[in-house]
Amino acid sequence: MANAVAIAEPGPRTWGRGLSTFLYRRSTLYLFLLLLPPLLWLGTVYLGSLFALLMQSFYAIDEFTARVVPKVTLATYKQLISHPANIDIILRTLSMAVAVTIASAIVAFPIANYMGRYASPRMKAFFYVGVMLPMWTSYLVKVYAWRLILAKQGILNWALSAVGLDGVLATVLQTPVVGGPSLASSYFGMFIVFVYMWLPFMILPLAAALERVPQSLIQASADLGAHPRQTFWGVVVPLALPGLAAGSVFTFSLTLGDYIIPSVVGAPGYFIGMMVYQQQGTAGNIPLAAAFSVVPIVLIAIYLALARRAGALDAL
Amino acid sequence: MSAAIEFRNVARQFGAVRAVDNVSLSIAPGEFFALLGPSGSGKTTCLRLIAGFEQPTSGQVLLDGADVTHVPPYERNVNTVFQDYALFPHMSVAENVAYGLRVRRVAPEERRKRAKEMLALVQLEGLGERSPAQLSGGQKQRVALARALINHPAVLLLDEPLGALDLKLREAMQIELKNLQRKLQITFVYVTHDQGEALSMADRVAVFDRGRIEQLDTPRGLYTRPHTSFVARFVGGANVIEGELARTLSGNARAFAIRPEMMSLDGAAAGNGRVSCEATVIDIQYHGSSSRWQLRAPDGTVLAVMRPETGAASDGHPVGSRVRVSWSPEHMVPLAETG
Repeated sequence: MANAVAIAEPGPRTWGRGLSTFLYRRSTLYLFLLLLPPLLWLGTVYLGSLFALLMQSFYAIDEFTARVVPKVTLATYKQLISHPANIDIILRTLSMAVAVTIASAIVAFPIANYMGRYASPRMKAFFYVGVMLPMWTSYLVKVYAWRLILAKQGILNWALSAVGLDGVLATVLQTPVVGGPSLASSYFGMFIVFVYMWLPFMILPLAAALERVPQSLIQASADLGAHPRQTFWGVVVPLALPGLAAGSVFTFSLTLGDYIIPSVVGAPGYFIGMMVYQQQGTAGNIPLAAAFSVVPIVLIAIYLALARRAGALDAL
Repeated sequence: MSAAIEFRNVARQFGAVRAVDNVSLSIAPGEFFALLGPSGSGKTTCLRLIAGFEQPTSGQVLLDGADVTHVPPYERNVNTVFQDYALFPHMSVAENVAYGLRVRRVAPEERRKRAKEMLALVQLEGLGERSPAQLSGGQKQRVALARALINHPAVLLLDEPLGALDLKLREAMQIELKNLQRKLQITFVYVTHDQGEALSMADRVAVFDRGRIEQLDTPRGLYTRPHTSFVARFVGGANVIEGELARTLSGNARAFAIRPEMMSLDGAAAGNGRVSCEATVIDIQYHGSSSRWQLRAPDGTVLAVMRPETGAASDGHPVGSRVRVSWSPEHMVPLAETG
């Protein structure tokens, strides 16, 4: 019986086995080899290009030759913040990003809550596909479709007047700043399109976070006398905050950086993304374009610092 | 005085599975009551029915005489110590303990004061500011206990509370829990699959198997007078002898139980009105103060014999040798036919 059990019978000595044994003994070297390709990718392609961008923003353009002078200077940043129009663009983009993030969180929460905590496995699969399906279609097609939907002769206008709510729409459109001649040419319409576009990025991390809230914590809360509403605000929401933080970083940064939606839908005011596009394209001022694209990075860093301070990342 | 907890023909069905099958029981105020059984026997479902996390498919659950069958958990004067402790990770230890007061809108100073008292009761003074993640298993256990006791519940439910602790700590906590229960005079309902734990702590034990109560008795009663072969085996680790061997040994075909420590391998002790039978030694396990012998009777039944460890290794009975095992007839416990 004992003879029948072959214990670690060494196979034929091959080159591959020798290498495996060598790497097994030197686990640090093995880890290094394993990490080298992704580190190169992350280092050169991601961080490297980001660093190059950052460097560009510290150069300035020669007014006469329109060429970038590779000398470190704060002149470009001075140019960025000294023009009131630029400040307007930053504030406009920031306000839109904040509004879109808040609205996405409010719309996403009930859906994510259902997906993460109540749906049966079949229903959950259906919802995940439903949430992601729109992301598989062309971004441009969706944006142009929205322009038609929101247009004065569009389906939304028609549907609202069919149910007698055209008065409400008129009131919204008469609101200063967010209103306009039609939804398609107002900031409110642009806001709707942004929320539609980025909603999946809020729902998915939020649903994942809610799914991880242990059932026993919900029961412990009820057991200790908490009504469902108290359990929701005292246990479920705090434990979902990391998901909310992750989702809001997506919606916030995507809104800050987008230039297609503001140029297709909404009022004619410039957004940061459009400025980057224009400065590096038609205007040919690469340093200013770089400085503009540093703005969202700084804003997101501030946002994350605030979120961390508020304890939103504690339960990570 | 009405019972602290009463089940009237309670059943709970999950799909085709009857997790709890027509259970009736009554637990007196201040009693330490254990629900004992293997996993899947329905004991935890019973606990969840008392807490209100489950609702019975049929039957009634009463707390202190009032029908609470459809009352939600947050309106029952019952608190639970969860198996995984279920401490809120986003709150400090003190906030966890005070949670039951917070949801009842008790003022913050009062909350702090009482949380401090509860932490002192479970000997965790000064750990209030820590986060649950910084505590050891035993400390988490105490926090869960303090949190469950802060609302002065009439009944405390404990779901395998010591399951995750190591042996030494488990024994210390058993004594502490028992003392706490005596001091607070609260009804404890304790779910466990460890018969030693149930026997040493509880006033009465309900032994569960396949959703039914096999026997509800005092620990001594369960151990010395098991009614069914399941209880004899699960609680006492007793030998159950049935069929032809039972007929040969006791004179009738009714199965009986005989506990390993009541059996002797001493050849000279056989006779004198003792029941005896021939058997082959198949294994000897050394346990320190005693040894556990596995014997095979002529019909193939495996018998366990506990032998105090006094002399040499096997007293000249090596594995494979034949021995005569004997016991006094009054230690034989006749069993019900079922089981």
